[in-house]
Amino acid sequence: MTTFTPSSSAEVLTTIQWAAAEETPLELLGHGSKRGIGRPLQTEHTLDLSKLTGVTLYEPAELVLSAKAGTPLAEIEKLLAENGQQFAFEPMDYAPLLGSQPGRGTIGGVLAANLSGPRRLKAGAARDHILGVAAVSGRGEAFKSGGRVVKNVTGYDLSKLMANSWGTLAVLTDVTFKVLPAAETEVTLAIRGLLDEAAVAAMALALGSSAEVSSAAHLPERIAARVAGGKHGSDAATLLRVEGFGPSVVYRIEALRKLLGKAGPLEQIAGEASKTIWRDIRDCRPFADGGTRPVWRVSMAPSAAHHMVMALRMQAAVDAFYDWQGGLVWLSMREDDPEAELLRNLIRKHGGGHATLVRAAAPHRAALPVFEPQPPHLAALSARLKAEFDPKNILNLGRMAPGASSATLPRSTEGAL
Amino acid sequence: MSGLAMPKPDAETMRRRAEIVADMRIIVPGEGVVDTANEMRAFESDGLTAYRQLPLVVVLPETVAQVSRVLKYCNERNIRVVPRGSGTSLSGGALPLEDAVLLVMSRFNRILAIDYPNRIVVAQPGVTNLGITTAVDQEGFYYAPDPSSQIACSIGGNVAENSGGVHCLKYGLTANNVLGIEMVLMNGEVVRLGGSHLDQEGYDLLGVMTGSEGLLGVVTEVTVRILKKPETARALLIGFPTSEQGGQCVADIIGAGIIPGGMEMMDRPAIHAAEDFVQVGYPLDVEALLIVELDGPSVEVDHLIGLIEGIAYRNGSTTCRISQSEQERLSFWAGRKAAFPAVGRISPDYYCMDGTIPRKELPRVLAGMRELSEKYGLGVANVFHAGDGNLHPLILYDANVPGELDKAESFGADILRLCVEVGGVLTGEHGVGVEKRDLMPEMFNQIDLDQQMRVKCAFDPNHLLNPGKVFPQLRRCAELGRMHVHRGQLAFPDIPRF
Repeated sequence: MTTFTPSSSAEVLTTIQWAAAEETPLELLGHGSKRGIGRPLQTEHTLDLSKLTGVTLYEPAELVLSAKAGTPLAEIEKLLAENGQQFAFEPMDYAPLLGSQPGRGTIGGVLAANLSGPRRLKAGAARDHILGVAAVSGRGEAFKSGGRVVKNVTGYDLSKLMANSWGTLAVLTDVTFKVLPAAETEVTLAIRGLLDEAAVAAMALALGSSAEVSSAAHLPERIAARVAGGKHGSDAATLLRVEGFGPSVVYRIEALRKLLGKAGPLEQIAGEASKTIWRDIRDCRPFADGGTRPVWRVSMAPSAAHHMVMALRMQAAVDAFYDWQGGLVWLSMREDDPEAELLRNLIRKHGGGHATLVRAAAPHRAALPVFEPQPPHLAALSARLKAEFDPKNILNLGRMAPGASSATLPRSTEGAL
Repeated sequence: MSGLAMPKPDAETMRRRAEIVADMRIIVPGEGVVDTANEMRAFESDGLTAYRQLPLVVVLPETVAQVSRVLKYCNERNIRVVPRGSGTSLSGGALPLEDAVLLVMSRFNRILAIDYPNRIVVAQPGVTNLGITTAVDQEGFYYAPDPSSQIACSIGGNVAENSGGVHCLKYGLTANNVLGIEMVLMNGEVVRLGGSHLDQEGYDLLGVMTGSEGLLGVVTEVTVRILKKPETARALLIGFPTSEQGGQCVADIIGAGIIPGGMEMMDRPAIHAAEDFVQVGYPLDVEALLIVELDGPSVEVDHLIGLIEGIAYRNGSTTCRISQSEQERLSFWAGRKAAFPAVGRISPDYYCMDGTIPRKELPRVLAGMRELSEKYGLGVANVFHAGDGNLHPLILYDANVPGELDKAESFGADILRLCVEVGGVLTGEHGVGVEKRDLMPEMFNQIDLDQQMRVKCAFDPNHLLNPGKVFPQLRRCAELGRMHVHRGQLAFPDIPRF
């Protein structure tokens, strides 16, 4: 059992060339803040990237930042905040949910897991903000893609391909992201006491207006008490975030009040209190109970997801809350069984989407597909792509799917597990 | 580039042309197959009109099943295929090949679903970019990416090229506004990536498909995000004595936390050409003209106009007009939007380039361009998506003068080399196609290009889909797949620890 801790891209390259020659699988690790997601790995060796650090370029006026892949996200976010900027995609922190230390995680991990947050709805995910990467493929070759400018269509966008690849295609050594000005003001409008169906309708109405709502979440009754330390009470809360310049925020909140005045009692939450609520939603705080009972992250069409949840409740005991206008569902199973097949069948029945088992005990993660299985043609395409980057299967072998060569599990094999 | 080498026509395919045409007629009955030289003439080039080539045969399928059968048929017989949307590519992405089936997607022209609660439109790939906005306009919605060819270009082509437009600084490119696609692989398999939900499961194949220039698959359905139209829009027209001051103004606007809906710059030759053409009152005594558009609630727009006015003044603007009516706002844009035809009036031909640079390098790149202009003896006018650093130099030449096209192309290549040299890229939104294909090594080394080609191998291992585009030299997938491992020569015979 060896841990390699390279501090330069050249050392990463040498390590991968060695592992490729030996055909020895490696576990890729930043801070390990998301290590509990995916199939448990059984590799003899570990590639620890946490010493590959440093912001290498930051030009606020050009809206661009480059860093070594192991640079702590917290360090970068602090630097951006000092310059009135931010990652608009609001990368979440899985630590509270997974029971690890909050505020950890590397910038490489942000891309590898394609992190995002409540502002995903308006601003996209990590994939939408990555401008360029340098990486070492499983072939032991250092390649680059993209650049440092925001508009670029030169060659295939391999940078986006790194998003949500969980370290199974290449080892990221350098990343360049687009950064954006942080909003001057934020105010959240809360509608209280709505049931899921009414909440989803209200959110659709708000997002279909010109009020430029940047985030829309619904916390059902009791779940609402699990954010911001319970200070907003336990009545259901349907939350709409408006961000921007002061006078504009005031105007748009007023427009939303007029639009939604009949939906239910309205409350206004501003400044730090608003930020706390969205941070807690972003990090799935309502289900961060220190336990290991299964938690799912489900993405569906906003108007369809709550129907799926209602159908699921008929057959399994679950808690749920919604982000992304209702399209992102966090599900916490009250029993130990993740009910993977039941859930995924219901998602297909309600218009499709995908479910990731983001928290579960290791035996479940070993036995069930943590990531959404794909239809056969697509699974085969993903597997071919994996083989083009990592023909010897040395990078995070099995993390996204079992087996030596398949990157993503074909759907047809799901029932057999 | 005039001596552009395209893949050698396959003799066997050429010999069997009649048989292939007949088989295409079986797969796509009715009027979906065009095979006379006269009728195929309409398809011989795209927006890069310097290059023309008649295809083997033109096929216009109507159903996904037909697309799948055509591709499977061609794959099994080693026949090349060039996909085409509306044919507005400025980089030759849809340039036909002599031995290739030209697969024209224009009959896929229906909008399949409009879903306001989820703010999505599902469209067939032949629907025009503007057609999507038109379909949802009545309810006050629109589709944000707005390439200047939006009246003609197809949404499927937008996916292939990852098209941008004036508004993409604030609202993103095609890649940021597409939620899902259905596509057919070269072997005929139909796959769906994404859908009406956010983020694709597994690898971001949707991300890599967007901007892949028709080399990975044929898009048969697109799901896009639509947005509610902003309540209002106003623009400022600001003139500067130097491009440095104009560039600094742009940097200061962004530094103040403002991301305008659009921010365009023109240099003196472009200003003069445009004003001569449309007479909208552009100042003629400035070196740089900036158009900044703000959109949103009027309270926000008014607030930001006040801020930007101050920033412009502090940067030494000599003129600053603020639109007082919708008519005036449109007049500010009229000159910019007419810049290409305006330049077309002062020169028999022009060649439009598309590099992107870090914005701060603008003065250096403009100076370099002036030097090159003298060296080649050809004029150049510049329009610039100032917010995102995307530069469109228009090189003025006369194709009827022997050698001028070659000179214009060499000039263009030098400009793009300069863009790469200052930290920029070869193409911001027009694509590589055939036009910039041979410049790819300026930006990528062989390992970078090989890894891109390996992605191609996962989708189309026989290199049958749109060959001759993007990559300067195609290498066989079997060769690319080989790993050269020299066990004995490793730097770390023992396990290394860092």
